[in-house]
Amino acid sequence: MQVFWHQVLSGLATGGIYASIALALVMIYQATHHINFAQGELAMFSTYIAWMMLDAGFPYWAAFFLTLVFSFIAGVLIERIVVRPVENAPVLTVVIVFVGLLVITNSLAGWIFSYTIKSFPSPFPSNAWYASSYLSAHEIGMIAVTFGVLLLVFLFFRFTPLGLAMRGAAQNPVSSRLVGIRVGWMLALGWGLAGTVGAVAGMMAAPIVYLDPNMMSGILLYGFAAALLGGIDNPWGAAAGGFIVGVLENLAGAYVVGTEIKLTVALVLIVGVLVVRPSGLFGRVLVTRV
Amino acid sequence: MSAILETRGLRAAYGPTKVLHGIDLAVEQGGITTLLGANGAGKTTTLRAICNMMVRATGEVLFAGARIDGKATEDIVRLGIAHVPDGRGTFSMLTVEENLRLGAYTRRDRGVAADYDRVYGYFPRLAERRKQQAGTLSGGEQQMLAISRALMLRPKLLLLDEPSFGLAPIIVQEIFRILRAINQQEQVSVLLVEQNASMALALADHAYLLETGEIVIGGPAAVIGSDESVRRAYLGY
Ligand SMILES: Nc1ncnc2c1ncn2[C@@H]1O[C@H](COP(=O)(O)OP(=O)(O)OP(=O)(O)O)[C@@H](O)[C@H]1O
Ligand SMILES: [Mg+2]
Repeated sequence: MQVFWHQVLSGLATGGIYASIALALVMIYQATHHINFAQGELAMFSTYIAWMMLDAGFPYWAAFFLTLVFSFIAGVLIERIVVRPVENAPVLTVVIVFVGLLVITNSLAGWIFSYTIKSFPSPFPSNAWYASSYLSAHEIGMIAVTFGVLLLVFLFFRFTPLGLAMRGAAQNPVSSRLVGIRVGWMLALGWGLAGTVGAVAGMMAAPIVYLDPNMMSGILLYGFAAALLGGIDNPWGAAAGGFIVGVLENLAGAYVVGTEIKLTVALVLIVGVLVVRPSGLFGRVLVTRV
Repeated sequence: MSAILETRGLRAAYGPTKVLHGIDLAVEQGGITTLLGANGAGKTTTLRAICNMMVRATGEVLFAGARIDGKATEDIVRLGIAHVPDGRGTFSMLTVEENLRLGAYTRRDRGVAADYDRVYGYFPRLAERRKQQAGTLSGGEQQMLAISRALMLRPKLLLLDEPSFGLAPIIVQEIFRILRAINQQEQVSVLLVEQNASMALALADHAYLLETGEIVIGGPAAVIGSDESVRRAYLGY
């Protein structure tokens, strides 16, 4: 039984990473109806920035928060410079831009930082008092950090005027302009926030998966699956989907098929769910009068 | 009286399709002006061209004597022009109250809190439904919400696109009665686009008639209402 709970809890820990990536994907999807395929690579690049600062001797949390600031600004700039020009382009063009962004970010990281795998520290010392046989200190810390991020994002969207304006702009850009919201900036802010949330995921994942330019490719896939499972139009569903995928992945790996093809099992389960509920477990069935 | 809004030679096109061919109209300060016309005449397009949204417009638009053509929609709104669009523009996933809060998005003054009660005073039905998801409101309630959202801006000019559309006559009467009250109590000038010519002419002091992108006649509402051809074509008697 202890093994079982260990698997569930550490699944929640990695699930937090998927949840963050899923949330980042959904934030952009809701506003633009595009999946940002480069989300994982941007998170990877942010993690390298953190690594650079740590390498230069910055204290961990200083590097952490500076990386968040960097990621936010980078997200905003990418939206303004790269995404804005294809705003009204056909879907395929946008997909190509995103894939291009993915490839460029990946090779840029490889070029600047090399493809050799680097270790990345955890801010949670392994002998901390909260470490236990169920969860390592880093796993506990990861859960706390990702829940903290989700909570902050929730509070921001739920209770601040800017959060409300961003929700409005995502739902109804025309009406948003008519109440004076600068919709273009809201999209850029959304990219900034998504970049920030992704950066947290990257920095939390790196101590486990190690730092290299391809560190996020698997995670992005899980994040994508999580978003679809939870409901691509519902940020909280997507986050919940992340935790579910994390736990499923672990349980499948431990009890069903072993670690090699646990990804396959998790994805098969998700496809199964989507066949039954195409809008995802928590996808909104829109209530509108016609 | 001076004009709060004036257009001079306003033209508009969707891509290659020219829709407005030089509109000259004026909305008097504090007055209600109506723009009448049949389906497809270009009424909605005129309002869009004034707000510089969704259509490519050329020509002059003056608000309180200053040129606003070419400005971004958001900036035009910030000058105090509230547009209740065709189809009501409800934020359907948000609650009634959140819709109103967005209406006041650009305001930083302390009067906002009191203004919720002010608009609920005009439309008590919305007050009962303040926590309801706006997409689930009835058509009439959504129209009330759209007008309320516009009022939350504390506009100087209200542009209304067919507020009577799809509503039962009794609801239309209620809304028009409230529009008159709003016009008088809020010192807000109104440009009302309507197909319901008799209701609009009764409410307005000035009227224009639009046919295929051109103003064919304009003047005091009473004069337009008694015009022989207008009567036959738009009032049906
Ligand atoms: N987005 C658009 N793209 C292309 N053409 C458009 C668009 N919107 C309107 N039109 C055309 O412009 C003309 C004027 O349309 P508009 O909506 O301004 O008419 P209207 O007077 O508001 O009509 P209604 O009373 O039916 O609302 C119509 O011929 C219409 O087909
Ligand atoms: Mg119209």
